[in-house]
Amino acid sequence: MTVDLAQFHDAFFEESFEALDAMEAALLKLDVGSPEPELINTIFRVAHSIKGGSATFGFTEIASFTHSLETLLDELRSGAMAVTVALSDLLLKSVDVMRAMLRAVQAKQPIDSQRVSDLQFDLEVAIANKSAQAAAAPVSAAVAGGAHSAAAGGSGAQAEPAVTAPASSRWRIRFHPYRELLARGNDPLRMLRELAALGELAVWVDAQMLPPLADVNPQDCYLAWSLELPGEVAEEAIKQVFEWAEGDCDLTIERVAAGTNDFLASPQAPVVTPAPASALAATTPAQVAAPETTSATPAVGAVPTIATAATPLRAEAPAKTEASISGDSGSIRVSVEKIDELMNTVGELVITQAMLSQLGSHFDGPEAEKLRGGLAQLERNMRELQESVMRVRMLPISFVFSRFPRMVRDLAQRLGKQIELKLTGEQTELDKTVLEKIGDPLVHLVRNCIDHGIESPEARVGAGKPAEGTVHLDACHRGGNIAVEVSDDGGGLDKERILAKARARGLVGPNDSLTDSEIHELIFLPGFSTAEKTTDVSGRGVGMDVVRRNVKALGGKIDLKSEPGRGSRFTITLPLTLAIVDGQSVAVGTETYIVPLISIVESMQLKATGVTRLSGRSEVLSFRGDYLPIIRLHELFGVEPRSRALHEGLVVVAEGDGRRVGLFVDDLLGQQQVVIKSLETNYGHIEGVSGATILGDGSVALILDVPGLIRAASMRAAA
Amino acid sequence: MTTNGSHQVLTFVLGNETYGVDILRVQEIRGWSAVTKIPHAPAHVLGVLNLRGSIVPIVDLRMRFALERVEYTAVTVIIVMSVNTPAGRRDFGVVVDGVSDVVDVNSAEVKPAPELGSRSATDYIRGLVSVAERMVVLLDIDRLIGRDLAISAGVDGEEALAASAA
Repeated sequence: MTVDLAQFHDAFFEESFEALDAMEAALLKLDVGSPEPELINTIFRVAHSIKGGSATFGFTEIASFTHSLETLLDELRSGAMAVTVALSDLLLKSVDVMRAMLRAVQAKQPIDSQRVSDLQFDLEVAIANKSAQAAAAPVSAAVAGGAHSAAAGGSGAQAEPAVTAPASSRWRIRFHPYRELLARGNDPLRMLRELAALGELAVWVDAQMLPPLADVNPQDCYLAWSLELPGEVAEEAIKQVFEWAEGDCDLTIERVAAGTNDFLASPQAPVVTPAPASALAATTPAQVAAPETTSATPAVGAVPTIATAATPLRAEAPAKTEASISGDSGSIRVSVEKIDELMNTVGELVITQAMLSQLGSHFDGPEAEKLRGGLAQLERNMRELQESVMRVRMLPISFVFSRFPRMVRDLAQRLGKQIELKLTGEQTELDKTVLEKIGDPLVHLVRNCIDHGIESPEARVGAGKPAEGTVHLDACHRGGNIAVEVSDDGGGLDKERILAKARARGLVGPNDSLTDSEIHELIFLPGFSTAEKTTDVSGRGVGMDVVRRNVKALGGKIDLKSEPGRGSRFTITLPLTLAIVDGQSVAVGTETYIVPLISIVESMQLKATGVTRLSGRSEVLSFRGDYLPIIRLHELFGVEPRSRALHEGLVVVAEGDGRRVGLFVDDLLGQQQVVIKSLETNYGHIEGVSGATILGDGSVALILDVPGLIRAASMRAAA
Repeated sequence: MTTNGSHQVLTFVLGNETYGVDILRVQEIRGWSAVTKIPHAPAHVLGVLNLRGSIVPIVDLRMRFALERVEYTAVTVIIVMSVNTPAGRRDFGVVVDGVSDVVDVNSAEVKPAPELGSRSATDYIRGLVSVAERMVVLLDIDRLIGRDLAISAGVDGEEALAASAA
């Protein structure tokens, strides 16, 4: 049977990239000196699964590289090698190289083999150095097992720590595959054949788990095996046979004295194998005691025991569960296009439903009540459906945050600064489109914090602060918005320098005095940079203005607070989603416009006396002690209004870009959530309009962009 | 559009003239319904319409060709077409007096439009062809409407034109 493997490539790439992210995260958490075993296991598993996948798909370069990496990691895992800064750098570089290789293969581009082989060489050197060490001073072999004693060029099985290790002993292997073993491309028969090739093999099969024939799924593996091999076979060779099945089975390999022929025997020396070993040992004491034991360890139940142990194993040893996660995790992968399609269809449904509701209100008669009841029910269901679909698009912000630990580490190293990165609120969810577009602005802000914000360790100590600076990324929901904060405990903005720079560039007059917030505004101007020398980190003057523009394009805003000597804090406020907006419908003449609720401060009716005319032309309204310019929407948009007299219509006080204006409209119609449709798909951008939506009657209404309106109106006033 | 052989053209009436567009560009034909005005648009861009969920701008061809305005009636139709612009494919509706027919046009029979006055005034005419004793003006909608779109969308008109001509 030939299977077109190419169909699985995408899934492989996607999973591998995710796995590499996890590996990178684990590497960054790895403490030099006393590494957490679980982290090393995570890292090891990533390398292992990428190796397996790439070998299956015939990506030999990746497989070969990951093999070297895996060998090195195995040394770490066994404790034979210590985690050093140099080593973790090497491993991080390996992540980069693997990523690059996967990208190249994915794009069907040639792999940068020079870079790969250079690094692979470094890996091999690291392994070789360690092996030399180990040969000189054998390290705790009991824990490390045969893995490194073999690697160290020792005498193979004979060097085993087992007490009864002479050549007369035998290897006893308990191999209990999980059901999905076959589905993962492993063939137990082939493994048995390979084992048989190593030496005289004795096989006991355990068919207890075989269900009645009618219930058998031909793609599942129900059998378990107990095997025996002569003691002179190298343990490494046995392990290699099971290499690909690791994670898909419970496996124990142990040495027993010759003559213990039944399987109610005990393991002696600590079992040398993947993760389940310790967990298995933990479950054994409760099991049947064996008559013929050759050591003092508690007896282990035979094959059936291992079978029952399988379930608790998964719970107890997280190392195991990870490997089978793709099989039983509660999530599926769906392409974004499919979700967008779904969103569009639901949007259409909402419109159709609104149309029907409007129609329904025109009917009379005994059936009409029922109809309206049904329509009300439909409306509720629609709203729920819409919300569910919206939620599908939401992803936790950790998708964006996860890139920062590495970036901060690298930057800090390069700039010679000590920086701790704190991430909070990573689980805050927001729309995928927003998520994708917020990444770059955040990167920029974090770079700025590190480059300009945090001082050098000496300067910090001099200022009485800890040498290690802190960059804090936080996300949380605030009302209908999401707030993302980037803060540092560095020196804060240097107001004097900003001001001097602005004066030098003629942006500020020599005698103007500016408030703090006005000075802070300056850094958002295009091309403004106070960095004395341009580094590759920042200072080229493309920066904060782009950040602000990107944030604004998402319908958000960015604020800055800074205290000299204490640090600065940037707060980005974003809408949760770009697809729907809460709007107030307003009428101007025969047209309907939607004003986003987030921009509205208040709506009110004007008294004829509440309005002052300035120099005969522009109208100003008094609002809470402020004077706000009035924008007559009908004039701006060239529409015939119902009334031109201000006291006959209404004024919506709206805010945009920190400025407030009064929008003069004929009437307020109602509040509703509207689905935003792009005008730019088929037409183009219109100043003062952010998009359009479709109303209940199928007609189109424009959604106003208040900051744009203010700009457009002031341009008109100036003209 | 093929340079030899024949292709199908949808013809429509505007005043006394018959015009034709490549049928492959036609998305749909629908009756006139009220549009939503858009601010700051050229006079012949009447507004936008909801076409099964997407927002489609509507152009009045009579106004575009500086013909006398007529009242929109029950027989006034909107032909929705797709236009290739430098910014990609866009859908657009044009208001015409009425749709006539779908005809086969042999490319060899298409005559170039006589050059009168400035070239850019007539460059959206692909050619003239005689169908059943009537002269049909074949339109290049990419040039005719693509340019409107580009200008209204704030792209430099000349640049857009150059790109669509290339």
